[in-house]
Amino acid sequence: MAAPFSWIRPDPHGVYVVPADAWIDPSKAVDRALVTHGHADHARGGHGQTVATPETLAIMDLRYNTREGATPVEYGETIRLKGGVDATYIPAGHVLGSAQILLEHAGERVVITGDYKRRADPTCPPFQVTPCDIFITEATFGLPLFTHPPIEEEMAKLLSRLEAYPDRCVLVGAYALGKAQRVIAELRAAGHSQPIYLHGAMEKMCRLYEEFGVDLGELRLVADHDKDDMRGAIVVSPPSALNDRWSRRLPDPITAMASGWMRVRQRARQRNVELPLVISDHADWNELTNTILEVDPHETWITHGREEALLRWHQLHQRRARALAMVGYEDEDD
Amino acid sequence: MEEFAALIDALIYTRSRNEKLRLIAEYLRAAPDPDRGYALAALTDGLDFKAVKSSTIRNLLKERVDPVLWTLSRDFVGDTAETASFLWPDPVGNIAPPPSVSEAVDALSAMTRANAMTELPRLLDRLDSAGRYAFFKLATGGMRVGVSSRLAKVAFAQAFEVSVDDVEEYWHALAPPYAQLFAWAADGEDPPDTANMPLFKPFMLAHPLEETVVGLDDYAAEWKWDGIRVQLVHVAGETRVYSRSGDDISATFPELVDALTIPAVLDGELLVRGDVQGGDTGGAASFNALQQRLGRKTVSKKMLTESPAFVRLYDVLSLDGEDLRSLPWRDRRSRLESFIPRLPDTHFDLSQLVEAKDFEQLAHIREGTRDDAIEGLMLKRRDSPYVAGRKTGLWYKWKRDPLLIDCVLMYAQRGSGKRSSFYSDYTFGCWDGDPDAGAELLPVGKAYSGFTDAELKKLDKIVRQNTLNRFGPVREVERTLVFEVAFDSVHSSKRHKSGLAMRFPRIHRIRWDKPVHEADRIESLRALIRD
Ligand SMILES: [Zn+2]
Ligand SMILES: [Zn+2]
Repeated sequence: MAAPFSWIRPDPHGVYVVPADAWIDPSKAVDRALVTHGHADHARGGHGQTVATPETLAIMDLRYNTREGATPVEYGETIRLKGGVDATYIPAGHVLGSAQILLEHAGERVVITGDYKRRADPTCPPFQVTPCDIFITEATFGLPLFTHPPIEEEMAKLLSRLEAYPDRCVLVGAYALGKAQRVIAELRAAGHSQPIYLHGAMEKMCRLYEEFGVDLGELRLVADHDKDDMRGAIVVSPPSALNDRWSRRLPDPITAMASGWMRVRQRARQRNVELPLVISDHADWNELTNTILEVDPHETWITHGREEALLRWHQLHQRRARALAMVGYEDEDD
Repeated sequence: MEEFAALIDALIYTRSRNEKLRLIAEYLRAAPDPDRGYALAALTDGLDFKAVKSSTIRNLLKERVDPVLWTLSRDFVGDTAETASFLWPDPVGNIAPPPSVSEAVDALSAMTRANAMTELPRLLDRLDSAGRYAFFKLATGGMRVGVSSRLAKVAFAQAFEVSVDDVEEYWHALAPPYAQLFAWAADGEDPPDTANMPLFKPFMLAHPLEETVVGLDDYAAEWKWDGIRVQLVHVAGETRVYSRSGDDISATFPELVDALTIPAVLDGELLVRGDVQGGDTGGAASFNALQQRLGRKTVSKKMLTESPAFVRLYDVLSLDGEDLRSLPWRDRRSRLESFIPRLPDTHFDLSQLVEAKDFEQLAHIREGTRDDAIEGLMLKRRDSPYVAGRKTGLWYKWKRDPLLIDCVLMYAQRGSGKRSSFYSDYTFGCWDGDPDAGAELLPVGKAYSGFTDAELKKLDKIVRQNTLNRFGPVREVERTLVFEVAFDSVHSSKRHKSGLAMRFPRIHRIRWDKPVHEADRIESLRALIRD
């Protein structure tokens, strides 16, 4: 009999499932890839076969035009891979289509979370706790200082600022996949029914969300409108456009940014952000540590983020953990 | 504390000066006494609590959170107070309401190093994260919210519609929480009694001369020295040295405090002794040497002997208890001249008048000077009283023409505030040899002013179209554009690769026409060094 868990092997380019000859979120092109979600540091083009949720496949198609080799798996569905490995896709609560992947082989269970959060999100089903032996987690916000406030508080901040300056607009920098749509959906949930203006780079992804049944209300393109139309309105753009020439066409914008990094004051200042919104699609410190306690794995592996502090937490709680030092995974918020 | 914490956070994220003024003024109008007085003191760096230092906070936190997690977090955030505000555990259950600013100040004043570790948690456990941040900043000083003490005073003046000159004058008479200042400004009570107090009197300032021509019968000319303008006040046995903004810099220049023992208010230029440039009585070292002494709260013996400070006097505002400000300049000047012998000549001398038969000859004298300690000329109306601020027609400054050099644009960086979408900060260089023989450009300075809005738009476009490399907010630009750069002086500097540092560089003209290989060489710039 083989040594325990010798069938799964961490590699700088991703987690390799030996008997299935399959990679999880590989950062290089491979024959068979199991992809957790559509963010660029997890989903890349050029694989022979790509196994992912239909939503993730649609996102990858939009970004990389990769229709070939697409194998859809619904949430809760299990597919049998080569070598007697079963893979089940389970909601991760991160963005549309995001999944944890449960791998089962020879009676051993491994969960790879990809990125995840534990807060409710109107654009995707919530994270499900899945018992396993090895829990392979992210740690993007793996420092105890990161505790994301309730999103309702951040929405209230945004809307009250908007109300206070009816002649200006609030320009919200938000990552184009996931964060932007979640912010829009949460604004709708908070009762904001006015049209929301979009930077051109946001349009296609918003339409894709709508096709999958996420209601974003009335969206308009900045390019189709005059400055005056946008007074008193919310405009959403990628973070990179916040201080760019593009923003000159807006009516005296108040610069906001939706990101977990906005918790740290100097980070917000460095980006000239006037209205920091602490909104993240990643688990904060308490979510990370509580999830590990709930899942209660035999061992935790950490893919990317601030793994040092999370390793230290494991040590303090007498739990086994190791950092995988993956390459090419980055903080997509920035 | 919640309102103060909200003010601090709002100020951190606000770039616009007017918006900052509005935020502070709004707080000062709404907050109760004495909270607002202490808040104002915190903004102007007027509070000092001996018992609480950054290390106190660090030690306190290491009792509550794992030291490794603390260090990792502190390294990420880069600020002890902020990290501590995040990591201090939120109180659970029924808690007492947060302390007011004045309750916090009272508690901090009463603390000793011995009991700080047990007293601080009592307050921290009543605050949320933003409140803890404001509290830690209050306790350790250095708010880092981009508000100078001058700005806070202007905000105070705006809040209660009083004159900022009056605020400046009364400010130093009072200590936090400035009860009398608020009583006067907010409730219309009598102003504080300022007799027998070593108070700052707002400076009289000058307009640039530009195209104006004045007659020397009406105006006296004197050198404008390149040091820092100061006011020395001695009243009732106490001496203070004030900077141009009204900040008390006495601790930085103790030798001047000791040197003035006669009741007087004097206006002059603070310089550091040196034997390089010849003044009229005793030389002054370059601004570089003075720079070494500025911004220090304590001064070493070595500094005092190597770079002693003295004041070259321009004017006298008060003498032996008599306020002279309403007298014409010529009378004040003769009082000053007869007063000078009563002062120790080791620390004081007189700024000499510049005699010329007419304006034309004066212009000639001005052009001829290349003494680095001279910034230019001052022209003062002989019959003008000493009035606060800049009144047209009374005083003019006539700066020496700047030095000029042609440099090549090398790097550009985004500006801030209104300019944050423009590449408006430029680094430029000179050739380190013959450009046709393969010489390279070395950066010699940075400038972000001296061009019009239309020129800025054009420059922004050029930067974007000629980008070679990006390093964060900085773009390296292809060498295609020559700037004629104006600057006041140039010094040798170890901090720059070129070995040179310019003072006050600004873009004088954009030489759209000039080919880059015709820009100046480092050696031409080096030849302009005077120290
Ligand atoms: Zn992600
Ligand atoms: Zn990720």
